[in-house]
Amino acid sequence: MFERVLTRNFGLPRSESIDTYVANGGYQALRKALHEYKPQQLIEVVTASGLRGRGGAGFPAGRKWDFMPKDPAITKYVCVNTDEGEPGTFKDRELVEKDPHQIIEGVIIASYAVGAQRAFVYIRGEFFLGVKRWIKAIDDAYAKGFLGKNILGSGFSMDLSVHRGAGAYICGEETALIESLEGKRGQPRTKPPYPASVGLWGKPTLVHNVETLANVPHIVNCGAQWYAGIGTPKSTGPKIFCISGHVRNRGVFELPLGVPLREIIEEHAGGMTFDKKLKAVIPGGASTPMLTPQQLDTHMAFETLEAAGTMLGTGAIVVMNEDTCMVDVARRLMRFFAHESCGHCTPCRIGTQHMLSILERLEGGKGRPGDVHLLEELALSIRGNTFCPMGDGAVNPILSGLKLFRDEYDYHAKHKRCAVSGL
Amino acid sequence: MQTGMTRGDPAKRSMLLTALYIAQEQYGYLTQEAVERVASRLGLAVADVYSMASFYSLYRTEAMGRYVLQVCEGLSCHLVGGADRLVDYLGKKLGIKPGETTKDGLFTLEMVQCLASCGTSPAMRVNDALYENLTVEKVDEILETLRGYHV
Repeated sequence: MFERVLTRNFGLPRSESIDTYVANGGYQALRKALHEYKPQQLIEVVTASGLRGRGGAGFPAGRKWDFMPKDPAITKYVCVNTDEGEPGTFKDRELVEKDPHQIIEGVIIASYAVGAQRAFVYIRGEFFLGVKRWIKAIDDAYAKGFLGKNILGSGFSMDLSVHRGAGAYICGEETALIESLEGKRGQPRTKPPYPASVGLWGKPTLVHNVETLANVPHIVNCGAQWYAGIGTPKSTGPKIFCISGHVRNRGVFELPLGVPLREIIEEHAGGMTFDKKLKAVIPGGASTPMLTPQQLDTHMAFETLEAAGTMLGTGAIVVMNEDTCMVDVARRLMRFFAHESCGHCTPCRIGTQHMLSILERLEGGKGRPGDVHLLEELALSIRGNTFCPMGDGAVNPILSGLKLFRDEYDYHAKHKRCAVSGL
Repeated sequence: MQTGMTRGDPAKRSMLLTALYIAQEQYGYLTQEAVERVASRLGLAVADVYSMASFYSLYRTEAMGRYVLQVCEGLSCHLVGGADRLVDYLGKKLGIKPGETTKDGLFTLEMVQCLASCGTSPAMRVNDALYENLTVEKVDEILETLRGYHV
């Protein structure tokens, strides 16, 4: 029986407070890490745990830590990515609002491991409660001596502060986040160099999603072996899945990686609302290709979703029933991508606008012959040709929609109305 | 010669996002004067500061209503019959279209992208407050409460 790890305090009264966190074993991992481990040993523990990034890309966390230069004379930084904004995703907001100390403890351990004495939280500007929770939690952590000078008598010192973003999805991309922290437009940088060698103000920088960092104290407390025993060999540990759309119980569910999609939808989310038939599922946020009802037995792990032609992404599952018009879904998602394109490169900046205008045309009953073909051609020419992965993310809903539901697109173009709703 | 993009202290420049928030709060929106003050305080070119204000969607370069109603048009809000229905309802009730402000200057209606309330959709932000699981009745209540502050 799987016991919740990251969300285990969520049901407690005032779960966000430092008192609740400490009373339930909080900051013990920090004590252990600072007093019993050398930084390199912590990197080895995290590597052995198999922890992979939870922000979308799934990069091994231990490797990311190990990329940071070991020379103590070099100034290094850690950034905490709370710029959650991918449609369907709401796990980071929950983590920050309900248990921010778990993340702070992870940040301090990570900073100690990579030798950073300064860390920054970058939080999405819209998350007003999240900003308040972060600030209060950091103040309380300073007051108890978990942050600041000579933490718990270990000789290790570090500072942590909050930086509020101002409304730009692209700032969730790590180099755009760094640009924004520096007070610039959030446009991605050329990689390489990666932030681990040239990051914030040109210094080596470790950027992690909040859910990734929330795992760290548990790995230190219970060991790499325990952690690696949860999930699958290539996707270890617990994962917070967000489920929304046409299911009875929407919300966050913490489950081991590798859980079948069917189990999440039918058991945890209580099945489809009004007992409608399932039509399609977005498994990992707006930018991940869709799955069909025939693929419901796919396991929710990095490698199995990749084999199914899609991605785990942020673990944001959007469920759509038989009454959903897939052209409309594509249009909604494209409005998002067109709005959020940072404007840096042409295929994404112009391409998303063109794709959106075709989709608005098809949805508005003004489709032209050849529109579906044009849409596909555009999507294929954008894919792989943009400066950052956002361009690929923007064409994924289109290409997977065309692959699975091309007849709906054709119907819109030919009959100037929707085959599903009749409108 | 230093250009707008490189001059100044890099740590100082990183205060720009915060400075713009403060200026916006003081002036109501980022007026020409507000932008000029921020630019001079941080030693940046005015055009540079404007380019920031126009890049980030939470900065305003035009006057807004006292309350900005931001209805989420994300996919998960749409799937549960949110965005369009709420925007239509609010639009009719207030007599404005998305992007417009009521004549009394109280409300601005906007459609925004995902607010990360997908599990509690439909959702709407009013200034810094988030409202979730919205119904037409709840929207009425919210409007009434807000209007009550200005009678």
